[in-house]
Amino acid sequence: MSAGLRRPDPIRLVGLTLGYDRHPAIHHLDGTVRAGDLLALVGPNGAGKSTLLKGMVGEIRCLDGRIERAGPIAYMPQADEIDRSFPLSVMDLAGMGLWRRDGAWRSLGRRRRLIEAALAAVGLDGFEARPIGTLSGGQFRRALFARLILQDCPVLLLDEPFTGIDARTVDDLLALLRTWHAEGRTVVAALHDLGQVRDHFPTTLLLAREPVAWGPTGRVLTPENLARARNLSEAWDDSAPICAGPHASGAPAHDHGGHGVDAHHHHEDAA
Amino acid sequence: MIEPFGSLVAPFVEFGFMRRALAGCLALSVSAPPVGVFLTLRRMSLMSDAMSHAILPGAAAGFLVAGLSLPAMTLGGLVAGLAVALLAGAVTRTTVVREDANLAAFYLISLAGGVLLVSLRGSQIDLMHFLFGSVLALDDAALWLLGGISTLTLVALAVIYRPLVMECVDPLFLRTVSRSGGPVHLAFLALVVVNLVGGFQALGTLLAVGLMLLPAVAARFWARDLGGLIPVSIVIAALSSVSGLSLSYRFDLPSGPAIVLAAGALYLASMLAGPRDGLLRRLVRSRHLAA
Repeated sequence: MSAGLRRPDPIRLVGLTLGYDRHPAIHHLDGTVRAGDLLALVGPNGAGKSTLLKGMVGEIRCLDGRIERAGPIAYMPQADEIDRSFPLSVMDLAGMGLWRRDGAWRSLGRRRRLIEAALAAVGLDGFEARPIGTLSGGQFRRALFARLILQDCPVLLLDEPFTGIDARTVDDLLALLRTWHAEGRTVVAALHDLGQVRDHFPTTLLLAREPVAWGPTGRVLTPENLARARNLSEAWDDSAPICAGPHASGAPAHDHGGHGVDAHHHHEDAA
Repeated sequence: MIEPFGSLVAPFVEFGFMRRALAGCLALSVSAPPVGVFLTLRRMSLMSDAMSHAILPGAAAGFLVAGLSLPAMTLGGLVAGLAVALLAGAVTRTTVVREDANLAAFYLISLAGGVLLVSLRGSQIDLMHFLFGSVLALDDAALWLLGGISTLTLVALAVIYRPLVMECVDPLFLRTVSRSGGPVHLAFLALVVVNLVGGFQALGTLLAVGLMLLPAVAARFWARDLGGLIPVSIVIAALSSVSGLSLSYRFDLPSGPAIVLAAGALYLASMLAGPRDGLLRRLVRSRHLAA
């Protein structure tokens, strides 16, 4: 693919450090999510997958470095971040995906067919009037996917979209991801099932607070890389010194002497 | 059937001040309960209680400056309530302390200041006026104020309805598609304050919250979605106003507490007999459906 034809990269990470209370949850990450990528975010609990996605969508501020975004991004949080006790119908929840198009006041009545089609696409036909509180975990997930369909966004970030979902639903939703990929959309998903990642995701970023490897899935999910990701400390050291790494200059990744991590981030082109 | 109905209506037919009281309470019954519905759904019920206390020092300051003047006390209450709401909101958005904790901190400061101000200059009678209102002495200005607040609330709720619902359910999603989350939240807090100031004219600070929350909570036993909760809560508030006022007239009771107690009685009745999860419904276990 020649550079001239390429669409702009939707997300570029430059010397990115994200975290809470000055403690980094993501440390010195450089890399580019390319247009049309189907990228899996993999790593142990506390590796910073959710943090990275929230940073990409602009939800948390960078401690250091920056995130360059081109265009709108749709984001699907983990299911427990949404208040499901609120008396809202499935129709209304999914219909909110049309917000960018219809804003706060225009009637969703005219879009009824569109919303019903999106719900049918995720296997929720007939659920339009159900309150979201009565849905099972998997059905609620499907409703969120219907909202994503309606958002019709070129870039989609999904935080553990398949956690706690039965196999059939996962298959349906993976098919949806493949459709999006085929349409040239960029999809980034945080996942735990490595088999799923190997089968369906061409590129992978293996995280363990620091990037362990980023590239074609086959070359990233090696036993050595996985072992290294596991060994990286999840500890939160209150007396940690101020990081001596480079600051937001976009400088090439550096070697943290004491961390024992290969900081050359293996960012290979997947194409 | 005519006799009880007649005794319900008679005081309003007979006395101008009763009609004024009814008009004021009905205006409040239209605007405060929908705000209360959103408060309960956001699990912020007690926030309105805190806010009603926060209004006190402003009203007291207005009283100190201008005596028992409606515009001065209303303006003071609005300023104090909005200041507490905005400060708590701003601190919440910039620090890790949750909004309820911040509100508690600010309203305690505000309330202590208010009590201090009232006791510096006022007598016991003035304090009672603050706490229990003067619904039977509503003048034209007070009625205009209540009507204006009611109109403003309904228009504002219509304008911010969709983002407000989204802010309750999935604020993160709202932030990704629009910048309206922050302004909508603050506008909602402002509506709470405005309605409490209105309620404090009619019912007093302590009981203003009653007409906002009790009908909203009671409505949960009758309706499932917002389209049902809001009208049901308005009807319950209106019933409380009418029955509270006529009871207070008939038995010579203070009208503010009578209205809130009427709302409380309707809440208890709803809890018992409401079709959605009411206690009686639970006793009679209905056969489950096939699918």
